[in-house]
Amino acid sequence: MECTDGLHLSRRGVLAGGVASVAVAAAPAAEARLASAAPPAMMPVSLEVNGRHHDLRLDPRTTLLDTLRDHLQLTGTKKGCDHGQCGACTVIVNGHRINSCLSLAVQHDRDRITTIEGLGTPDRLHPMQAAFVRHDGFQCGYCTPGQICSAVAVLDEIKAGIPSHVSHDLATPMRPTNTELRERMSGNICRCGAYSNIAEAITEVAGAAA
Amino acid sequence: MKAFTYERATSPAAAAAAVAGRPGAKFLAGGTNLLDLMKLEIETPTHLVDVQDLKFDRIDATADGGLRVGAFVSNTALSADPRVMRDYAVLTRAIQAGASGQLRNKATTAGNLLQRTRCPYFYDTNQPCNKRSPGSGCAAIGGYSRQLAVIGTSDQCIATYPGDMAVALRVLDASVETIDPKGAVRTIPLADFHRLPGKSPEIDTVLAPGELITAVTLPRPLGGRHVYRKVRDRASYAFALVSVAAVIQPDGTGRVAFGGVAPRPWRSPAADAALPHGGAAVVAQAFAGAKPTRDNAFKLPLATRTLAAALTPARTA
Ligand SMILES: Cc1cc2nc3c(=O)[nH]c(=O)nc-3n(C[C@H](O)[C@H](O)[C@H](O)COP(=O)(O)OP(=O)(O)OC[C@H]3O[C@@H](n4cnc5c(N)ncnc54)[C@H](O)[C@@H]3O)c2cc1C
Ligand code: SF4
Ligand code: FES
Ligand code: FES
Repeated sequence: MECTDGLHLSRRGVLAGGVASVAVAAAPAAEARLASAAPPAMMPVSLEVNGRHHDLRLDPRTTLLDTLRDHLQLTGTKKGCDHGQCGACTVIVNGHRINSCLSLAVQHDRDRITTIEGLGTPDRLHPMQAAFVRHDGFQCGYCTPGQICSAVAVLDEIKAGIPSHVSHDLATPMRPTNTELRERMSGNICRCGAYSNIAEAITEVAGAAA
Repeated sequence: MKAFTYERATSPAAAAAAVAGRPGAKFLAGGTNLLDLMKLEIETPTHLVDVQDLKFDRIDATADGGLRVGAFVSNTALSADPRVMRDYAVLTRAIQAGASGQLRNKATTAGNLLQRTRCPYFYDTNQPCNKRSPGSGCAAIGGYSRQLAVIGTSDQCIATYPGDMAVALRVLDASVETIDPKGAVRTIPLADFHRLPGKSPEIDTVLAPGELITAVTLPRPLGGRHVYRKVRDRASYAFALVSVAAVIQPDGTGRVAFGGVAPRPWRSPAADAALPHGGAAVVAQAFAGAKPTRDNAFKLPLATRTLAAALTPARTA
C-alpha cells in the first residue's frame, strides 16, 4: 500500500468524521504550512504493521502516529497531546510499547509494529480488549486503544522482570499487584477517570495469564 | 516542525563528522526530547543523524569491575539489567522514577543525559529566554519560578537540569565517553559534564559540536544501601521538585546528590562528609550560598525532609 498525498489523505480523514475528525481538524493548517516550505525530500520507509508489509515514501517529519493514522488509515491509534504526555498514541514496536507521537516513521524502517487493530478484531477480541469491555474500562473510549496496547505490554514487562518505581525488592520476581499496575500504567491518562476499572481489567488478564 | 533531512549513521566517527560538518545538524537517539522540542520549533535542526545503527546497545563489564553502558541502551534496559539492579540500585531507582514506561522504552542513555530544561519559559516561544534565544533575557527571573533552581544559577538563567538518571550517575561517579569527528576519544567525569549557566546558558554541557557520546561507564560497585527519593506534584509521571540520590554505608558515611534544584546534579564533597552528622548538616553544606526565589524557597526545607526520609531505611521504598 502506498499513498504519499498528505492533503488528499487528511481530506479523507475529515470525511471519515466522528471522533477522528476532532484529531485531524488541525491537519489542513499543518499541511498548508508544509506546502509553503521547500518541498521536502521524501524518504522510503518499510514498515510491518499488524503483520502486513507496507512500502511508503514519507516526508521525514512524519511521525509514526501520523503515518499510521493518515497514511495507513489505522485510526484506532489516537492523538491526544502529540507530546508524549498522555499515552493515547501508544503502540507496540518490536515488542516494546512506545509513544508513536514522539517517533519519526523513518526511525522505524523495517520495524514490526502492533496497533490496537492488530491485537484483535471485533469478533475475535484480544483477552485484554474483552476484559476492558467486561470491566467497563472506559467511558468515551478515546484513551482506550493506548491503554490496551500499554496494558498488554505492561504484563510482558512484568514477566520479563522489569522493575517499576513501586517495586519494593529488586531481587524478587515482579508481580502484577494493583499498586504496580497503576504505576506502570501512569503514562496513559484517562480524562474520563476510568482508572479503577482499567486496573481491574488488567488484573483479570494478569491472573488468567499467571 | 521545520523541514530537515535525515540519515542513519553507519560508524561513530562518520556520525560525528556528519554533525560537525554541517551547521544545524543534530544527533537523533530516541527522539523523545528532541522531537518534542522540534514540534514546538524550539529546536530547529536542518539535518538529523540517527545513531540507532551504531551498535551502542550493549552493557559490558569493564576490566576494573565496573560496567560500560552503550549510549543507545534504553532507559528500561539499563534499569532492568540484573547487574545494575544488584550493584547500582540507585540507578535503577532513579530511572524508574522518571517519565513513563513508554518513554523509558524509547529514551536512551545519552539522550537522557542531554535532555533540555523544563523551564516553562524555555517552552514558551513568546517569552524571552537566554537558553532558547541567547541575549533575549530571562522571563523566569521575576516570573513564575516555583520549579526552577535554587543554586548554581546566574543572572542570565535559573533553570534546572530536570533529569533523574544523571543524579544517580553523579552519586556513582560515572563518566561519559565520547568520540569527536577526527576519531579522538575522551572521558568526561559526570561531575564536569553539565555546565553552570554563567553568561552562556544556551550551552548545557561541555560537549563540542559534533562530539558523539558512545558510552557511560560506572566504576566498581560501592556496596551500601542505594536510595533514590523523588518529590513531585503527582505520584508518577512528573518531573522532580526535589530528588535525592544516596549511597549509604553501614557506618553512616556515604554519598548524596540532589536533583531538581540546580542546573546540574548537585553534589559536593563537604555535603558527603557531613552525612554521618545527619540530613540537616548535609543540606546546610550542599546548599551553602543558595539563592532561592520567593516561589521556590520551599525547595530548601523540602530537600532537608526528602533527605531525612531517604536516610530512614524503613521509609525508603
Ligand atoms: C512527558 C514526558 C515526561 C518526562 N518525564 C521525565 C522525568 O520525570 N524524568 C526524566 O529524567 N526525564 C523525563 N523525561 C525526559 C526523557 O527522559 C528524555 O526525553 C529522554 O531521556 C531523552 O532520550 P532520547 O534518547 O529520546 O533523546 P533524544 O530526544 O533523541 O535526544 C536528546 C538530545 O541528545 C542528543 N543526543 C542523543 N544521543 C546522543 C549521542 N549519542 N551523542 C551526543 N548527543 C546525543 C540529541 O541530539 C538531542 O539534543 C520526560 C519526557 C517526556 C516527554
Ligand atoms: S531560567 Fe533559563 S531557561 Fe528559563 S527563561 Fe530564564 S534563561 Fe530561559
Ligand atoms: S499523543 Fe502521544 S502521548 Fe499524547
Ligand atoms: S475513556 Fe475517556 S479518556 Fe479514557
